[in-house]
Amino acid sequence: METLIEPFQYEFFRHGLLAALMVGALCGLIGVYIVLKGMSYIGHGLSHAAFGGAVVGFTYKLNFYVGAAAAGLIAALLINKITSGKKIKSDAAIGIVTTACFAVGVAIISRLRRFTQSFEAALFGNILGVNESDLIVIGAVTCLTLVTIFITYRSLLFTTFDFDAAKVFGISTGRAQLIFAFILTMAIIASMNVVGVTMIAATIVVPAVTARLLTDSFSRMLILSTCIGAVIGVAGMYLSYYLNAASGATIVLFGASVFILVSAFNYVKERYLYRERTHRHGELVHTHRVGPGHTRQSHTHHQHTHDDETAAAEAPAGKETP
Amino acid sequence: MSHAIELRHVTTGYNTSVVLDNLSLVIQDGQFAGIVGPTGSGKTTLLKTILGTHPVFAGEVHLFGMPIERLPPGSIGYVPQLESVDWSFPVTVEQVILMGLYATQKRIIPWASKGEKRKVHDLALRLGIHDCLHHHIVNISGGQQQRAFLGRALISNPKLLILDEPTAGVDIKTQHDVLHLLGDLNQEGITIVLTTHDLNAVASHLPWVICFNQELIAEGAPREVFTDHVLTRTYGGDIVIIEHGDHFLIANSTPLKL
Repeated sequence: METLIEPFQYEFFRHGLLAALMVGALCGLIGVYIVLKGMSYIGHGLSHAAFGGAVVGFTYKLNFYVGAAAAGLIAALLINKITSGKKIKSDAAIGIVTTACFAVGVAIISRLRRFTQSFEAALFGNILGVNESDLIVIGAVTCLTLVTIFITYRSLLFTTFDFDAAKVFGISTGRAQLIFAFILTMAIIASMNVVGVTMIAATIVVPAVTARLLTDSFSRMLILSTCIGAVIGVAGMYLSYYLNAASGATIVLFGASVFILVSAFNYVKERYLYRERTHRHGELVHTHRVGPGHTRQSHTHHQHTHDDETAAAEAPAGKETP
Repeated sequence: MSHAIELRHVTTGYNTSVVLDNLSLVIQDGQFAGIVGPTGSGKTTLLKTILGTHPVFAGEVHLFGMPIERLPPGSIGYVPQLESVDWSFPVTVEQVILMGLYATQKRIIPWASKGEKRKVHDLALRLGIHDCLHHHIVNISGGQQQRAFLGRALISNPKLLILDEPTAGVDIKTQHDVLHLLGDLNQEGITIVLTTHDLNAVASHLPWVICFNQELIAEGAPREVFTDHVLTRTYGGDIVIIEHGDHFLIANSTPLKL
């Protein structure tokens, strides 16, 4: 027990742990929408855009968060605009917009080399350097995101699932997109000093895909992903202390391990508890997912894959089977 | 009779290519109409234009005498093509049907109220999918999937129901059941417009048909519209009508010799 409490004597660890808890939960929550929209690299891209904006802001003596937020929001809206034409897919739009913003930052740094040191935390993450004002920003963004998602849950769900139908049914899809772009940008900017631009994609994607493996319900996926993100953040921080390894990298590696474990569990469940089997019911020869308690009645709730070749072999051509 | 749908000199398309040029079309309130035409004839573009999800280059689209954006939420029910649905999305049948209420119920709390759940259950009972409300949408049959999305379209009591190929990918019995259900809904006063490739299903179930191939070729009762001449103009190939008592079948005149 003492070993577990030991790191708490250090203020940097207490701050880091709290930051990891909040950032993990925040990225886990946002990640559900990102993964389901098929835009897994938006976090990676927007953090790069925000980095470019932060550098530009710094040259104009603005606060780090102001430049980063402005660039992130502009990039998110530009990506939405480019993809709305349906000619350019989101991965290409993310690639163009965000790397262009990042390149602006790199170009400025290369001209004014004295800035290089200040932006290392944003690039690679510095969870142990998190101070109280950072914690306030992360806490405020986490609360804002939770409240926004709670209030706009219905319109965000419908828009994420079926954008065109949501519009037809009377949902303000444009407003839903704008709100999501805003909270996404805020979440990424609040998280980038903790996990770093280079690793933010993993903290967003890993909890959501892990949660997806565990549930078929959207609301449960949101709760699970948030909890998994928080647990990964806290456990990763602890591990980094005892392993004396970089915190951001340890959090990401621990998250990847959790994903692998859940995938393995799912594989075993599918392989041994629910197995593929070709079998027959009367005249119907088919391949069917069979689980415990499989009955004839349960067929109405399953997808049937007819084994055409087997069926064709069983039934002679041109004759009706008895 | 008032107009449920009215397109006045509408021109639309994709980027620089025009798909519908100066199209005018009227569908009366209370109609049960099927739009038929070959692949690439612009049926889906026409539906999207009516629904307001596709930009109009020129002309006007009015639903019940006003632009779609001025209609109260829930006035239109829409059932998309099943193949366009993201089947890996984590939603149950109940959650899909509930989405149809999201724009009409100004409820901030994410979870469904008891009243909403009761409404979903009653509708699911009518549609015959009440026993799979808590199933993930991929774990049900094609007919049940079609009914789940029909439930989403109907839950807000729409005046107009638009379906994109509701008979595609389902067996003949399910097709028959879905079309009869739509017929019943039409009897209750809902204007229904659907697209389909199944001419025989239209001929035997729908009172009104619109033959379409980038332009309006003919419209009317199937027995009047489905002539060799109209179908050849619509599809471009030789098509024959086979009459059998009160029924008639539409077939390709040059069957493949095996």
